[in-house]
Amino acid sequence: MDGVTRMRTSSRSSGGRTSRAARAALLAPGLVAIGVSFLVPLAWLARMSLNRTVGSAELQSAVSPQSYVDVLTDEFVWKIAWQTLQLGVLVTVLAIAVSYPIALFLARTRSRLRGLLMALAIAPLLTSSVVRTFGWLTLLSDDGVVNSVLSGLGVTSEPLTLTNNRTGVVIALVEIMMPYAIIAMIAGFGRVSKDLEDAAGSLGAGRLRCFLRITFPLSLPGVLTGALMVFVLTISAFVTPRLMGGGRVFVIATEIFDQATTTLDWPRASALSILLLFLFGVFLVLYQRLFRLVEGR
Amino acid sequence: MKYLPEAIYRTIGAVVVIACYLFLLAPLLVVFVISFDAGANLEFPPKEWSLRWYAELAGNSEFLEGLRVSLVLGLVVTAVSLIVGVTAALALTRYDFTGRDGLVGLFTSPLLLPSVVLGLALLLVLGPVGLVGTYPGLVLAHLSLTIPYVVRTVMMSLNAVDASCEQAARTLGASPFTTFRRITLPLITPGLIAGGALSFIISFDEAVVSLFVVGTGRTTLPVVVFRYVSNNTDPQVAALSVVLIVFSLAAVVLIERALGLKRVLSRA
Repeated sequence: MDGVTRMRTSSRSSGGRTSRAARAALLAPGLVAIGVSFLVPLAWLARMSLNRTVGSAELQSAVSPQSYVDVLTDEFVWKIAWQTLQLGVLVTVLAIAVSYPIALFLARTRSRLRGLLMALAIAPLLTSSVVRTFGWLTLLSDDGVVNSVLSGLGVTSEPLTLTNNRTGVVIALVEIMMPYAIIAMIAGFGRVSKDLEDAAGSLGAGRLRCFLRITFPLSLPGVLTGALMVFVLTISAFVTPRLMGGGRVFVIATEIFDQATTTLDWPRASALSILLLFLFGVFLVLYQRLFRLVEGR
Repeated sequence: MKYLPEAIYRTIGAVVVIACYLFLLAPLLVVFVISFDAGANLEFPPKEWSLRWYAELAGNSEFLEGLRVSLVLGLVVTAVSLIVGVTAALALTRYDFTGRDGLVGLFTSPLLLPSVVLGLALLLVLGPVGLVGTYPGLVLAHLSLTIPYVVRTVMMSLNAVDASCEQAARTLGASPFTTFRRITLPLITPGLIAGGALSFIISFDEAVVSLFVVGTGRTTLPVVVFRYVSNNTDPQVAALSVVLIVFSLAAVVLIERALGLKRVLSRA
């Protein structure tokens, strides 16, 4: 349909000088806006990563790979890069595990409430991550909801330390990533047909075996796209690692922020950004390949 | 007995799904309850209920100023994104030319950039020209986040509109602008509503890019909250969060009604 429309319109508007002028006039505001707010800053960032910092935060214009060499030979950078990837894997696995039941349910259900439940699962995306992280702080802090319930029930005598450390960051990030995982998985679950399961069931397979042998394997493409989406978003997350980590959990994103706003070492911050961009890009390309493969079945 | 009865599987399934939903909605629900807590310590469930924190909110000049900045910013960003997004989407759907797909990619590419990287890049550019912490600087910074979504939602609507209606109007002598105003615009209104609501809420909720470019100047609400929460947590922030959630809910309802939340928000 799309192709037909375009062909029809093009027969009207192709060639003519006026239509070319109209097209240019329509595109101009957008190109200027994207250019100024996105392309120029990005190019500037790449250029900045080639500058040098001398002494304490004095910027020297140069074309040198110095900041990359510094970043790549710094043990601390390797440590936080490793921690970032570990966090990414851990959050991805857990987020997929808790999103899978919701996604499968939404892909299957014929309930009248389906629309509402779908909106409920995706809507948290549009609430600020600062607000959701604050919610987790009130839940998990030493005198927070979870600890007061646990001590009230006499389960624990000392409060569990669930904030200002990795545990809190993981729990909050898992929740924050769920809507992304759910959207990606529902898109991939189209091919999980209920008929196949019914057939297996009528041939005598039990529910568990049916799930393990039919449903789960068929849902794997959706799971994989969801996982990659969550992974790339987790390794670049900033708000939650900073607030839940209380300044004690370091990831690449928090390091970029510190270098840019506290240390004021811009070449280094820029080189770190390019590094993050590279990691991000690799997994994103993978994601898009997979997504097209799954959607275009 | 080899297999459990069907009913048991159904119950287990339902319990698992409900538990996952509870986990997903837990932070928002807790914030909501705590905002009505009369005490100063975060207690759950609260011993006494009150609207005390909402009243204090109304007297907190820092929060009010942040709210004002975020509202102005969100409205300006949305207006500019709509103008820019509609014109670009028109060119990209109604004309066929070489490099068209590349341009679609360009307009949606900021979606693929980590916010920290975008924030730093904008800081580096806005710093030297003195736009850090100013309205023009903040508008520019947020445009790169909202334009991709507006272009996408409007393109979705334009692709769904039958171009032959537009052609009929042209054949009958309407000018291109009249055709757009009388035929195209009414038909793509749902796309404009969804794109506008999305653009407003993205700008209104944005914390990371803003943290980089507010400097010591004009500060948006999410940045105020971020800085406040870094140091202390009290029910006043919970009350403020509820206000933010209400804005999000309004956007959710608008988008769901207009185009459908899932369609608008899936990436790739």
